[in-house]
Amino acid sequence: MPLRSPQNIADPVLEISDLNLFYGTSRALKDISLTIPRKQVTAFIGPSGCGKSTLLRCFNRMNDLLENVRIEGSIKLDNEEITAPDLDVIGLRRRVGMVFQQSNPFPKSIYENIIYGLRIAGIRDKAVLDETVERSLRGAAIWDEVKDRLHDSALGLSGGQAQRICIARAIAVNPEIILMDEPCSALDPIATAKIEELINELKEQYTVVIVTHNMQQAARVSDFTAFLYLGELIEFDVTKKVFTNPDKKHTEDYITGRFG
Amino acid sequence: MSRFWKQGEPQVWGTAAALTITLLMVVTLISVVMLNGLGFFWPSDTALVSLKDGTTLLGEITDKEKATATQGVKLQFKVGNRDLYGQDFRWVDKKDVKSLSYPDNAIVLERKENGNFYGFLKSLSLNGAQTPASADPWEQLLSQWKSVKQAQHNLDGLRDKMSDLNSAAENLRLKILKLSYRDKTTNQKEIETLSVQQEKLLTEFNTLLDKLNSATAEINQSTALFQDASGEEKEIALTDIVRAFRPNTMGFFAKSAFYAGKVKELLVGEPRESNTEGGLFPAIFGTVMMVLFMSIFSLPFGVIAAIYLREYAKEGLLVRIVRIAVNNLAGVPSIVYGVFGLGFFIYGIGSGIDQLFYPERLPTPTFGTGGILWASLTLALLTVPVVIVSTEEGLASVPKGLRQGSLSLGATKFQTLVKIVLPMATPGIMTGMILAMARAAGEVAPLMLVGVVKLAPALPIDGQFPFFHLDRKFMHLGFHIFDVGFQSPNVEAAKPMVFVTTLLLLAIVITASSTAIHLRNKMKKKYATKAF
Repeated sequence: MPLRSPQNIADPVLEISDLNLFYGTSRALKDISLTIPRKQVTAFIGPSGCGKSTLLRCFNRMNDLLENVRIEGSIKLDNEEITAPDLDVIGLRRRVGMVFQQSNPFPKSIYENIIYGLRIAGIRDKAVLDETVERSLRGAAIWDEVKDRLHDSALGLSGGQAQRICIARAIAVNPEIILMDEPCSALDPIATAKIEELINELKEQYTVVIVTHNMQQAARVSDFTAFLYLGELIEFDVTKKVFTNPDKKHTEDYITGRFG
Repeated sequence: MSRFWKQGEPQVWGTAAALTITLLMVVTLISVVMLNGLGFFWPSDTALVSLKDGTTLLGEITDKEKATATQGVKLQFKVGNRDLYGQDFRWVDKKDVKSLSYPDNAIVLERKENGNFYGFLKSLSLNGAQTPASADPWEQLLSQWKSVKQAQHNLDGLRDKMSDLNSAAENLRLKILKLSYRDKTTNQKEIETLSVQQEKLLTEFNTLLDKLNSATAEINQSTALFQDASGEEKEIALTDIVRAFRPNTMGFFAKSAFYAGKVKELLVGEPRESNTEGGLFPAIFGTVMMVLFMSIFSLPFGVIAAIYLREYAKEGLLVRIVRIAVNNLAGVPSIVYGVFGLGFFIYGIGSGIDQLFYPERLPTPTFGTGGILWASLTLALLTVPVVIVSTEEGLASVPKGLRQGSLSLGATKFQTLVKIVLPMATPGIMTGMILAMARAAGEVAPLMLVGVVKLAPALPIDGQFPFFHLDRKFMHLGFHIFDVGFQSPNVEAAKPMVFVTTLLLLAIVITASSTAIHLRNKMKKKYATKAF
């Protein structure tokens, strides 16, 4: 019996129960039940195609963009059901931000990138915008690097910087949860280290859910780890326990590199 | 050797050769047009030739050709004086030439009618009185001609006034027509007051006309007596002279100045002599205007259609059919569009508008006949598929990651489209625009059915209310080439004009395209992105 809620999860932010997801007729997620703790880092690990990104994308309904996707079961964000078809998706995405595998700064200035979320929400007050830009860039640990060229194009940044700009852009709208879909897979080790450090700082204020292929990374940055395999949640527990003393043989095999 | 074949070397050479040939053809085309067009305005020397049979002729050498019959060389002279000889050109075998000289006093006149005059000045008569023979007649001719031009210029104000009066009277006439069409009895009083006004305007117009006529008659009395190479005399009114010059006395700078003057006339002047002489301004204006209007219609429609097809429509049979239809539309012969424009826009919509809004003017059509509006719409229809296809490509090239990034920040689909996708698709949209504009500027066949004319008396935009006259017919450079080159009574004399017009059309298309391409490249640089 996988741990649905470790005893020490006192303050859950997301509660997923019996979640099934179908791409057409194929079932990509199978009866997933899981609780994501508030202001902690939760990592999803598993081999390619195990459904960890798909699961992540359920939390901000990015799967809506794909055709033929059907979801059964329930996901509750602060006790509010978010799988309902009539849900205000825009509002949900403001509460649940996302950082993608490939950094995707908009072809605009750094400043405009950061305030994009506010602009589309209709905020025009210059003081608020300026304040947000500084807060977000400081929050993403990139303020010192770009403060002198806020109005230069964001396309001129290096991969690591661009990824941190994307993180800053996500936190500019003050979300509760930040979803990260393999945020370091396209970065070099130094940029990766910076992002990992940043993730540690982010959990002071935000809940972070991160998908990663890199088990060392999961061990380094996360407090909780979920191991998925072929659309099933095999094990979910405190990271330390998963990596040192997993309950399941399967998990141990994967972590020790015997398959996958 | 087999390695040579295996490495794909021949294919590389083949493509290089194809490219070279294409480039060569383009360069050849442009240089042929430029050679023929640019030289036209350069004043060439005028030769006085006496032939072995005792006759003489005066003219410029325009062509050389091998005479097949006599194994010699034939020379083509432009002798002008169409009113005396009946034709402008004459072929002479070089063997028949006894002597050839370039006399300084040979005069070339550009006239309002009957083409150039080549000859010598004999005497000048001002207001019917002979001028004293003591003064240099050439200097006198020039100064008199200048004062005549000035006098004519002074009448321009009068002419403007008359044209204003005329259009005011015409407006009144149409108003009266409208009132009487609606209900003659109830509007009787208003009609009468308007008629009185109209009457007044017309009398004013007529007094001005008399004034103009008498002034013109007076100016017309100044004439000069010329004599051609064979001694035949011809009296020419100074007002008929557009330009008078003695090419054999002109140095390089004088010729350059002359050339510049001719180019200026070409760009801003009105056409003369059934379009074979004078300026092309109305045609340039008409072409540019038509292309602009066309863009105003086709760009938004094309872009919106493409956005719907690419972003909103659900992929399915219907969308596939629409796509196929759009792609096929781009291949339909343009004359078919012309026929469609004539049938649908002019006879359908235009006549409908006339019946609804201008019933009093019928059977004289207002919108029920060709005009710049219908021509632009027809060409917009023709170019919309191009815009759709390239806009769709532009939209498809926007990285998915950027759309997702925008959506994940809480943007709606529409906000994402407007703020992220459309700006990034602009280079693609611009490409479509460029292709559409180039196509529209070069199209002639459909225009002949929907509003292009040989000579349009008024521009589609002028100072008279409501300033944009979309119902007016217009002139177009492409049609101008066809008309001057193939429909004019004096094809040989019109030949240089065809090249000049072609050059101008090419210049307009190249200027418009390169401006747009420059803008597009700038934008492309701005949006070059690593994300995908």
